[in-house]
This record gives sequence, structure tokens and C-alpha cells, in this order.
Amino acid sequence: MTAPVEVEPTLTPDEITLTAKPWVTIVWNDPVNLMSYVTYVFQKYFGYAKDKAEKLMMEVHEDGKSVVSHGSREEMERDVQAMHEYGLWATMDKQD
Amino acid sequence: MGGFQRHRRSKLIIANFSGFEADLLRSLAGQLVELLRNEAAVPRDDSADPFEAMFDFSGPTQAPEDPVLARLFPTAYPADEEAAAEFRRFTEGTLRDGKADAAITIIDTLEEAGLPTELAEEGLVIDVELDEPTAETWMRSFTDLRLALATRLGVEEGDEAFWYALPDDDARAQAHDIYEWVGYLQETLVQALTD
Repeated sequence: MTAPVEVEPTLTPDEITLTAKPWVTIVWNDPVNLMSYVTYVFQKYFGYAKDKAEKLMMEVHEDGKSVVSHGSREEMERDVQAMHEYGLWATMDKQD
Repeated sequence: MGGFQRHRRSKLIIANFSGFEADLLRSLAGQLVELLRNEAAVPRDDSADPFEAMFDFSGPTQAPEDPVLARLFPTAYPADEEAAAEFRRFTEGTLRDGKADAAITIIDTLEEAGLPTELAEEGLVIDVELDEPTAETWMRSFTDLRLALATRLGVEEGDEAFWYALPDDDARAQAHDIYEWVGYLQETLVQALTD
């Protein structure tokens, strides 16, 4: 479930390190949110195709959590806030 | 009462509610607004310098005490208290306002559709027609309402049998019926938005 890391060919190795995506947004399972709603949110907010959105939703449902996006710390704070807006239980973490 | 549908020609998301149902939705939305505004989103750090604390209006740094609010505004950094406090300071106020505004949208839509302040007339039917952004706002607010009801009730994964076994006159059974009804409405709303 790794988003493709976009690397511009003109970047130096140092710039590549800086533009890496070391943070992740995690969505956790809860007994309330509807599967259809969670899928809808992943499609609508992240722009994921239905298949990918459903796969992530099933991961949340069956494994208890799923990494739904990768990016810079600022980007992940935006994503976590958006998930809270939608009522999903989301946290962020540094990627292992 | 068939939940929400997308109108084929106008593309609007439509539903009709009995006066009782519309009144119930308004009451739930109203309670959520009150909860969001009641427990003030202010810093509650008793250890801080009281003088300094008085001039700190920027936002809360600790998770709300009320379990419903704690669920609506989860801790973003579970392992980093300082980062979690910063995140909360910059987001919780905005999130609270957004959720209160969404619940108010439900109330306003119902009243504009003819729901009177005091329900008197029998056989009243409230027809709502929502454009897509408003339907999304309703959908998000239904999540908040369901999270609030479920947190108060203590709903857990796969506990349906427990609720169905409660006697009909048990207040918890009635509250759970309402929780399931809002879930049904939300399911049809997601479906209508996807169509």
C-alpha cells in the first residue's frame, strides 16, 4: 500500500532525501463508522480509485488499522485533520 | 420512510421525514451543537503560570474530558505529548466549529423545509432536497451524531445481540434504535451520493 514516491530526475541526492515521505497517516478501526462511508471518504478526500479505497477500508476493518497516506509532516497533519473532520479515528506516525 | 435517494432529473439528494423524525434529527443535532460549545475549547493546564495562561487564547492542548468530544477530536500523535498538544492547539477549534456548523446545517435545512419550532400538526411530512455539498455536510454530521450516540451507549464491535435482547421499554434499547436509524439514513445517503 505504498504510494509511488515521485522523484524529479533533476534533484540531487540531498534534495531527494529532503523530499522523501517519512510520515504516514493511520486510520484505526472503530465500531461505528460504516464501511461504505469509510470507502467514500478515502475516494473523495484522497482521490483514490474505488478498488484502492475499498482495500484500505477492509484493512482498517480486518486488521484494526491501515496506513492511508504518506508524505511530509505538514501534509500528514492536513490529512489527519481532514480525517477528524470526517469523523474517522486517525493518527500520524513516522514511517519505520 | 425510504431514506435518501438521488432524484433522477434534478440530481438533488432527496428524502422525506415525518414530523416526528425531523424533530428527532433536529433535537440530536441541537444536542451536538450544545456539547461542542459547552465544554470550552480552552487550555486547561493547571501547572502553567496562571498569568501566562490568561493570555493564551490560541486553543486547547489537552484531550477533552467528555468521552464523546475525546472521540470526535482524537489525539493525533499518541506517542508524542508535545506534538499532540501543538496539533490540538491548531486544529481543535476549527474542527469544533466545522462540526457545529454541519449540525446547524441539518437544523436549518429541516426548518426551511417546514419543520415548525414546536411540533403540533399530525401527519406533517418534511421533504428535504439537498445539493451535493449540503448532502455531504449532512453525511459528515450523521457520523458525528452516530459517534456521539455510540460513545454514550458504549457500542462495541459485534454487540448487536446485546441490544436486541434488551426489553423494548429500556431507554438504552430506544437510544440504540435511534443510533441504528441514523446509521440507516447515513447508509442511504452514502449510496445516493455514490449514484
